[in-house]
Amino acid sequence: MTATLGRAKESVAPTLEGERARRSRRRRVTVLAFMAPALLGFLIFFGYPLIATLYYSFTDYDLLNPPSWVGFDNYIRMFTSEPLVATAAWNTTWLVVVLTVTRVVFALGVASVISRLRRGVGLVRTLCYLPALAPPAAATLAFVFLFNPEFGPVNRFLRLLGIEGGLWFNDPAMSKPALTLLVMWGSGELMIIILAALLDVPQEHYEAAALDGAGPLRRFWHITLPSISPVLLFGVVNSIIFALQFFTQAVVAASVAQGAADVAGNTKTIGAPQNSTLTYPIWLYVQGFRYFNMGYAAAMAVLLFLVSFAFTAVLVRQLRKASDVQEAAR
Amino acid sequence: MSTTTATTPTGPRPPRPAAARRASWDRRLYWVATHSLGLGLGILFLLPIVFVLLTAVMESDQAMTSSLWPEEWHLENFVRVFEEAPLHLYLFNSLTYSGLATLGIMLSAIPAAYALAKLRWRGQTLFFLLTIAAMMLPPQVVVVPLYDLWVRLGLTGSLAPLIVPYFLFDAFSIFLLRQFFLTIPKEYLEAARIDGCNQFQVVTRVVIPMAKPGIVATGMFCFLFTWNDYFGPLLFTGENRDSWTLSLALASFRGMHHVEWNLTMAATALVMAPVIVLFVFAQKSFVRGITFTGVKG
Repeated sequence: MTATLGRAKESVAPTLEGERARRSRRRRVTVLAFMAPALLGFLIFFGYPLIATLYYSFTDYDLLNPPSWVGFDNYIRMFTSEPLVATAAWNTTWLVVVLTVTRVVFALGVASVISRLRRGVGLVRTLCYLPALAPPAAATLAFVFLFNPEFGPVNRFLRLLGIEGGLWFNDPAMSKPALTLLVMWGSGELMIIILAALLDVPQEHYEAAALDGAGPLRRFWHITLPSISPVLLFGVVNSIIFALQFFTQAVVAASVAQGAADVAGNTKTIGAPQNSTLTYPIWLYVQGFRYFNMGYAAAMAVLLFLVSFAFTAVLVRQLRKASDVQEAAR
Repeated sequence: MSTTTATTPTGPRPPRPAAARRASWDRRLYWVATHSLGLGLGILFLLPIVFVLLTAVMESDQAMTSSLWPEEWHLENFVRVFEEAPLHLYLFNSLTYSGLATLGIMLSAIPAAYALAKLRWRGQTLFFLLTIAAMMLPPQVVVVPLYDLWVRLGLTGSLAPLIVPYFLFDAFSIFLLRQFFLTIPKEYLEAARIDGCNQFQVVTRVVIPMAKPGIVATGMFCFLFTWNDYFGPLLFTGENRDSWTLSLALASFRGMHHVEWNLTMAATALVMAPVIVLFVFAQKSFVRGITFTGVKG
C-alpha cells in the first residue's frame, strides 16, 4: 500500500504531498505510542541496569554507604583469592556441559520415538510434557523425596534389582547427576520443539534414501540431523543459557535435603553437600544479597554477561537468518 | 506411490502382492515396538507425579517407609497443609503476581509486538534484536542495580518489583506475540485501514481477534512463568514472609514445623495442580506456543 504511493510520487498534486507528510507523521506518532511502554521498560529494567552493573563492578558497595571506586579489585579478587567462586564456576561449567548434552540428546531421543508413533502421539506428548510445567521448586521437592536414600522409591526400586542406591542429594559426587535427572525429566518443552521439527522433515527424503539402500541409522545421520540442525542449535544454546542461570533447583535441593527450616534466609545449606551444588548464580546471589558485597556481585554479573552474551549472539545470528527466510517467503 | 508403501503405512494402498505380506508382519512388529516404547516413556514421565500424589494421602508414619501404596487414604492431608502454613496467603500472593503480570503483558506487549511485526520504522530490527538479547540473558546479570533501585523506592518486601516490569517490558511475551502476529496476512490489515480504521482500531478489531490463540498462549506462558518463579520472589520478597509466593513458601515448607513428608508432598501437589489443570484445558495453545518459540524457518 505505502509502496505504491511512493512510486507514484512524481505524478501526485501538491495537496496530496501534504497529505502524505501528515500520514507519515501520524504513523510515527502511532509507532511511538505503541512502543512507548516497551521502550521505557527496556531502558529502566535492562538498559540502565546493564550499564550500572558495569559501574558497580568497579566499586565497593554495600547498599547503605555510597559506592566507592576500587578499580579492578573485585575482578582481581574473583580470579585470585577466592576459592568459592572457582568452585561455583566449576559447578556451572559442569552443568553447562553435562546438562546441555544430556538434555538435548534425551529430548531428541524421546522426540524421535514419539515421531514414529502412528497413534496416541497426542497422549504420549502430553505425558512427556506435563513435568515441564511443574514449578521447579515443587519438582525439586518431589525429587528429593523420590531420591531419599532410605525410603525413596528410586532406591527401593534399585534394591529390587540388587543394586544399593546412592545417597543422591546428600552425596557431593551424586548431587549434580541427580539434578541432571531432574532437568531431563522436565525437558518436555525442548522435546515438543524438536518433535515439531522432526515431523516437518519431508517424507520424500526418507523414501529416496531408503530406495538407495540407506539403513535407519544412516537415514537419521544424513537426513534427520541436517534437516533439524537449526532447531538443535536452538536447543543447545537455549540449554547452555539455562545451565548458566541454574539456580532454583540447586538451592531448593540443597536446603530440602538438609531439612532446613528457612530457604529464604539460609546461607548454611546453600551449596550443600560440600558446595557441590553451589552454582555461579547462587554464589552471585549470596555475595550480593546475603553478604551485601554488591560490587563484587556486579563483577560476577559482568563475567556472566560476557559468557551468556557470546552464546546469545550465536542464537541471534541464527534467528536472524531464519527471519530473513520468513521475510523472503512473505 | 506403489514403491513408497513400504515406508508409509498410512494412506490408501493398492492391492499388495504376496511378497509384501512378510513386510506387513515386520511392520506390525515395528508398530507394537514403537508404541510400547512410547507409552513406556510416557508412563515413566508421569511416575514421579503419581508417587507424589500417593505419598500425599498416606499417613505420616507410612510416608517414612518405602511403601508405595497408601494403607489408608488420608485425603484430609490436603486440608491439613493449610493449617501447617498460611498457604492461603501465599496462594493469594501467587495469584496476584501471576494475574497482574498477565494483565500487564496484555497492555504492554500486544502493542509493542504489533509495531514490531506489522509496522515499518527505523530501529525496528535493532529493537527486536535487543528484545531477544534481553530474553536470553540470565536475570542475575541485571539484578544488582535493579535491587538497588527498588530498595531506594522502598518497595522491596512487596510484590511491586515483580509485577511492575510486566506492565512495561517483557521480552519473551513481545517475542512470542510478534511471531504470532507475523502470520496474520497483510491484506486483512489493509482492508481494515481502507474501511477507515485507525491503527488502534486495527489492533483491537483485527489483530487481537485473529491472533487470539497466540495471545492466549502468551498469557498462559506468562502465568506459568510467574507462578513457577522462585528467583524473583526470593530476591524481592525474601525478607517479608507476608509477601511470599507459593513457590518460595513451598521450599521452606518441609522445615517449617518439622512437617512430615506426606504433608510436604500434599503441598507439592497443590502447587503443581493449577498449572496442570491449566494445561489440560488449553493443550493446543501451549503446544502451538512452544513450537513458535523454536526456530521454524
